[in-house]
Amino acid sequence: MPFMSVKFSLQKRVKLAQGLWMLYWVSVIMGILVFSLGIFFKIELRKRSELMDNNESHLVPNLLILVGMLACGANAFGGKVCHDSLDPIKFAKWKPMLKPYLLMCCGFNVLLLMTALLCFLMQFAVYLTLAEGLKNGIKFYKDTDTPGRCFMKRTLDMTQIEFRCCGNNNFRDWFEVQWISNRYLDMSNDEVKDRVLSNVEGKYLMDSVPFSCCNPGSPRPCIQHHLTNNSAHYDYDHRIEELNIWTRGCREALFSYYSSMMNSIGVLVIITILLEVGYMAGLKYLSTALETMADPENPECESEGWLLEKGVKETFAELLTKLKTLGKINQVEEGGDAQEGLNIPLKPSGSQSEVRTETGTILL
Amino acid sequence: MVLLKMKFTQQKRVRLAQGLWLLSWLAVMCGAFIFCLGVYLKTELLRRAEVMDNTEIHVVPNILMMVGLASIGTNWVASRVCQDSLDASRFPRWKVLLLAWFVVVALLCCLLIAVVVLSYALQGRLEESLKVGLRNGIRFYKDTDVPGRCFQKETIDRLQMEFRCCGNNNFKDWFEVQWVSNRYLDFTSKDVKDRIRSNIDGRYLLDSVPFSCCNPSSPRPCLQNQLTDNRAHHNYEFQSEELNLYSRGCRQALIDYYMGLMNSTGPGVLSVILIQISVLLSMRFLQTAVEGAMALENPEGDSEGYLLEKGLKETFEDVRANALNMLKFGQVDPADAEQSPEAEGAEKAADDTTEKAASPTPAS
Repeated sequence: MPFMSVKFSLQKRVKLAQGLWMLYWVSVIMGILVFSLGIFFKIELRKRSELMDNNESHLVPNLLILVGMLACGANAFGGKVCHDSLDPIKFAKWKPMLKPYLLMCCGFNVLLLMTALLCFLMQFAVYLTLAEGLKNGIKFYKDTDTPGRCFMKRTLDMTQIEFRCCGNNNFRDWFEVQWISNRYLDMSNDEVKDRVLSNVEGKYLMDSVPFSCCNPGSPRPCIQHHLTNNSAHYDYDHRIEELNIWTRGCREALFSYYSSMMNSIGVLVIITILLEVGYMAGLKYLSTALETMADPENPECESEGWLLEKGVKETFAELLTKLKTLGKINQVEEGGDAQEGLNIPLKPSGSQSEVRTETGTILL
Repeated sequence: MVLLKMKFTQQKRVRLAQGLWLLSWLAVMCGAFIFCLGVYLKTELLRRAEVMDNTEIHVVPNILMMVGLASIGTNWVASRVCQDSLDASRFPRWKVLLLAWFVVVALLCCLLIAVVVLSYALQGRLEESLKVGLRNGIRFYKDTDVPGRCFQKETIDRLQMEFRCCGNNNFKDWFEVQWVSNRYLDFTSKDVKDRIRSNIDGRYLLDSVPFSCCNPSSPRPCLQNQLTDNRAHHNYEFQSEELNLYSRGCRQALIDYYMGLMNSTGPGVLSVILIQISVLLSMRFLQTAVEGAMALENPEGDSEGYLLEKGLKETFEDVRANALNMLKFGQVDPADAEQSPEAEGAEKAADDTTEKAASPTPAS
């Protein structure tokens, strides 16, 4: 018994074909959108590559670009099939391609599902990459005259200004690194010397942050230096001061930016999957409805459309048997069959002789 | 003599009507574009209203919005006229309206030309407005607890960061104002007291700038304080230091931004003017050609289309004569104004009689 069979009149078939045609073109637009988002995501990753140690994975954006292009192609083809479906002559040429097309759509849906899952799962990798990258970024902030790190200061400053954040986890991360290059330190100054000597690793550490940590929303001019010393500033308490500098860490800020982007893309891909499944079902109904017309010469006649020719159980069983037979064909039978074409007598190593066969001469 | 006369067959008239219909819809789109341009420009000006002294420049976006909306309306009417132009029963009703339509479209073209001219003409006014506005903005930077000026600091800081500028003309403008509020000054400190006493106006002046003047592209951590004192910083020469702070003033940056905006809208507006003039001329040709065909009582036959019934000179003379006639018609004749006292008395008596007749007799 066919699975989910529906009766179709001519009007119903026309409506189905028109609806599917429209939906296919909606899906083409969705494909373009997925493709564009893939490119956008790739650009965004490239833009902040320095903050990820140039270690970021481009698997998700590359998949999105691929999936977007495939969606455009596959759905444009589906749209053409629907457009020609009500013309028996035109539809006849598409008929042999429908089964491979539907199988390809199934494969494509699996790929889409994988992409959607990766959109959600790869966020963890992004988080770890950001953590490591930002830690190194802060460490190399001062190295403006080191080749390959010249723009690290600029990148970090711009990031802190744009994302309204400070440090990796918070502004205290700046207290743990020397972020002023020795080039700008007066080593003849006693205060500088004392500070360097008091540190085990000989680093010049301060309770200060770069200017890019300053919050323009603060009512008082920005305090960047001696942040933990209340007596260094008038009417100031560093424990309750919230507006002076950004309190959020850049890892959190960047991660929330990327994760919201990936979540949105993931949701869009899931919507695309649902649409794809809908089209596949619709196209299957349309093709079966056109195939089962009682009188193909009379387009007015009724027909029956279904999703599966037999029930789910029977179809699954049939599929298993097919797979088994395929497996049997590929097996090598024991006994004489394997050596039927070529009887090669064994010779001691070192000697060489010719063996004539039907296919030609082999040197042994 | 008729100006720019052309022969029109029925087919040519149909072609003209179809072409004009398309052109008028294109002009509707252009109207929408002009309106959006006006809204965008207005928004951008309003965003920076705090650093502008007057709103004279707002005349440009106001005209753009008004012209945009009017253009949408007039060109929609034009598309309707085109649809009705080949129907002998429907076209005559537009005859009276078309004269008004031509006047409105000509006025719109003049207004658009005025916008282009004003964009360049008002540059001086915009500069003056920004000069005064920014000067006040810098002066009120410290007043974060004064109602109405609470966000002045944030506005200026964000402006300097976004436009990569510092001060009004340059960073030295900050040396001439007290930009740190008294609320954050320790008046028990000798340094603060001395600095205030040394100033005639009792202001606390520093050779320092806010953090928002700092340039992220500088290789060294930002120096904001004691900018003119070379000894206060190691390896520093303030005359030759170019990267530490933004060297460009905010007035110049904003002028460049707004003039860039207006210069880029200029070509867009000019192309819209050309489209609008094309619609105007085509409509005139269509009107005269269709009216000519109707006058011959053969809508299928050939007719003549032209721009003006007479030459430019004669048309101008006609318009002038008509205008003078209208003015004469509006004047009050002095002979009618002067009436004899007898006539006046008779008139008064007649009025009284009428009044008595109209009033009801009181009940006894």
